[in-house]
Amino acid sequence: MGIDLSLIWAVIIIFGIMMYVVMDGFDLGIGILFPFVRDAGSRDLMMNTVAPVWDGNETWLVLGGAGLFAAFPLAYSVVLSALYLPIILMLIGLVFRGVAFEFRFKASKTRRHIWDKAFIGGSLLATFTQGVALGAFIHGFPVQGREFAGGPFDWLTPFSLFCGLGLIVAYALLGCTWLIMKTEGELQKRMHDIGIPLVWVVLAVIGIVSIWTPLTHPAIAERWFSLPNLFWFMPVPILVLLCAFALMRSIQRYAHYSPFILTLVLVFLGYSGLGISLWPNIIPPSVSIWDAAAPPQSQGFTLVGALFIIPLILVYTAWSYYVFRGKVRPGEAYH
Amino acid sequence: MFGLEALDLARIQFAFTISFHIVFPAITIGLASYLAVLEGLWLRTGNTLYRDLYHFWAKIFAVNFGMGVVSGLVMAYQFGTNWSAFSDFAGAVTGPLLAYEVLTAFFLEAGFLGVMLFGWNRVGPGLHFFSTLMVAIGTLISTFWILASNSWMHTPQGHEIIDGRVVPMDWLAVIFNPSFPYRLAHMAVAAFLATAFFVGASAAWHLLRGRDNPALRKMLSMAMWMALLVAPVQAFIGDLHGLNTLEYQPAKIAAMEGHWENRPGEPTPLILFGWPDMEREETRFKLEIPALGSLILTHSLDKQVPALKEFAPEDRPNATVVFWTFRLMVALGLLMILTGVIASWLRWRGRLYQSRPFLHLVLWMGPSGIIAILAGWYTTEIGRQPWVVYGLMRTADAVSSHSATQLGVTLALFVLVYFAVFGVGIGYVLRLVRKGPQLGEGAETGSGGPGQQRTPARPISAADEHLEHEGGDHLGERN
Repeated sequence: MGIDLSLIWAVIIIFGIMMYVVMDGFDLGIGILFPFVRDAGSRDLMMNTVAPVWDGNETWLVLGGAGLFAAFPLAYSVVLSALYLPIILMLIGLVFRGVAFEFRFKASKTRRHIWDKAFIGGSLLATFTQGVALGAFIHGFPVQGREFAGGPFDWLTPFSLFCGLGLIVAYALLGCTWLIMKTEGELQKRMHDIGIPLVWVVLAVIGIVSIWTPLTHPAIAERWFSLPNLFWFMPVPILVLLCAFALMRSIQRYAHYSPFILTLVLVFLGYSGLGISLWPNIIPPSVSIWDAAAPPQSQGFTLVGALFIIPLILVYTAWSYYVFRGKVRPGEAYH
Repeated sequence: MFGLEALDLARIQFAFTISFHIVFPAITIGLASYLAVLEGLWLRTGNTLYRDLYHFWAKIFAVNFGMGVVSGLVMAYQFGTNWSAFSDFAGAVTGPLLAYEVLTAFFLEAGFLGVMLFGWNRVGPGLHFFSTLMVAIGTLISTFWILASNSWMHTPQGHEIIDGRVVPMDWLAVIFNPSFPYRLAHMAVAAFLATAFFVGASAAWHLLRGRDNPALRKMLSMAMWMALLVAPVQAFIGDLHGLNTLEYQPAKIAAMEGHWENRPGEPTPLILFGWPDMEREETRFKLEIPALGSLILTHSLDKQVPALKEFAPEDRPNATVVFWTFRLMVALGLLMILTGVIASWLRWRGRLYQSRPFLHLVLWMGPSGIIAILAGWYTTEIGRQPWVVYGLMRTADAVSSHSATQLGVTLALFVLVYFAVFGVGIGYVLRLVRKGPQLGEGAETGSGGPGQQRTPARPISAADEHLEHEGGDHLGERN
């Protein structure tokens, strides 16, 4: 067969994770921004902006996990067992947060603050552990035979902890600009105020990661800085700067939609920078998507279902965002 | 940690998370079909009772479905985190089957579930019924995939081992492996029965408190018809499943029967009760009936049933556990049949809704289906040991190399979070049940949409009851 199934599956999984980061990113961001907004009415509003869509957002995470298992079982087993504690903590964070989300609306006024705390804690835990996992993933995993050969706390490095904090800020920015788009009045103004400092911090995080990574990983430095790669990849950091600049301008002039869209572009650029650094490794630093591939019988069999269902999920997702478009106002309850 | 090794802790962790999870899908499967039946009857007869019941159980279905999704998230990752050697070895078969299960579930959620839960007033009755049917069929297709994967681990075929890993050669053979049809039928029917007894107990609870309305009576009546007609069918399927196991996994049958050795020329007895002792290689304190084991399992009086001592000690499943979980399942099954029979007798005498001892029995039988499902799964899964993929890979070789401390800590976390989180969820379901079906509730449903006060969008938002009491309990005055 002339079709590179591993490549198709890598694209599907990369796309799935991208969808997850973008979409669950802003609703995790809402949880991260909760402590900055004290009054109960605004909190209700914040939750209502994502209430119709958040659980659809998480489907991408399940799809990513199942797709990885089906198409790249070696990567699924090595990466997940190497990241054992961060993944388990992430799942616990998501479980907590998901249920807090549902039951906050059904709780009495006096008990609601308990669910608020669960929501904040779950969001922070899930985001931080995702960032840590990402940092550890960039760093790479020692593999011997077909097994993870490192220790239980290999993921715990200054770099991965920094990525954990960095992702919290990035998701907060996504949440912030999402709220600018979906709300008005007091809450929107509050988000405009914290938007600018957030962009600066995110820019600093991107800068530090971009310097730290090639310094500690010669292969990644080689990928970026050798010729002619340098010319091909140069647009990425330039676009990041331009985008961040435009983003700050748009927040300053109190734009409604463009901050969120520019944040998406920023996230996409950061994500593609990551892709450039790591491609085609699915278990960095040395196991490629082809090394980790399931037999073609398995990849092909699952692809049939994926190509049938994923477009339907996309259509449905687009439709539900369309239905719930526009500003969310106090008193409207999308739950 | 507590003298348990990492392998034990990994197994306990998997058992704990999946035991919690399985309860939700089981009730989801049962309720989806129940809702399809209710809606079909409503459309056919025009009796508003069915419509009211539909709306009442749709709310419980929604909450239950939501919890199934949340607890399922953990399952999608646990094979990789905790059973990485298994995932690498068998992932080419179990990965795609699991992926199909996930895709089916999303397909369902993406389209028909929304229409089913929130579209009562927005689409025509035909399309709505179609959506409910698709959701019911979708839950069964999900069951199909997950049980294909599980059954393959019991009776693997259709693959080759290349470079020390499983490679699927014939997907039809993989999916329709020998134990699959029996396991699928047994589990689907178990889900129906578990739901029926849950529904029946909900009705009994209200009737015992003197609340009586035609909707409650209809619930009890339908549940008891299920008990009468389907519980015996389940016993028959279980028997076939047992014969299939005897053929493919004789060590499991020997362990379930606590049967250690055959005496030459003597048919195998059936041990009713006893204590299989793995150290002493005998079943102590046993009470047995001669030849009955042969009669049940071989349908003859001279053939012998394989005995545990015919297998090397390292190939034997733990008979102490499966002997008892199997008996628990069978005993509950027999009680279900008995409940169905008593119900028919009372129905004939016209006292189905009045007999307090009977209503108490039905109330206590409420969790019986769930417990039987768990006991049955423990029997088949622990009975598969020491293999994770029968005859191909041992469980001890399947586990990730985490330390006991690490596994102990995560297990403790799972226990804490699950009891807290799903405890609240289950409490909420029971609260909805306590409210009971309201006559006419189907007539006023379906608010929402753009511009409306309230637009429900996720499964759990189909239920609008509060989580705790606010200002006293109004429930008592409602009916």
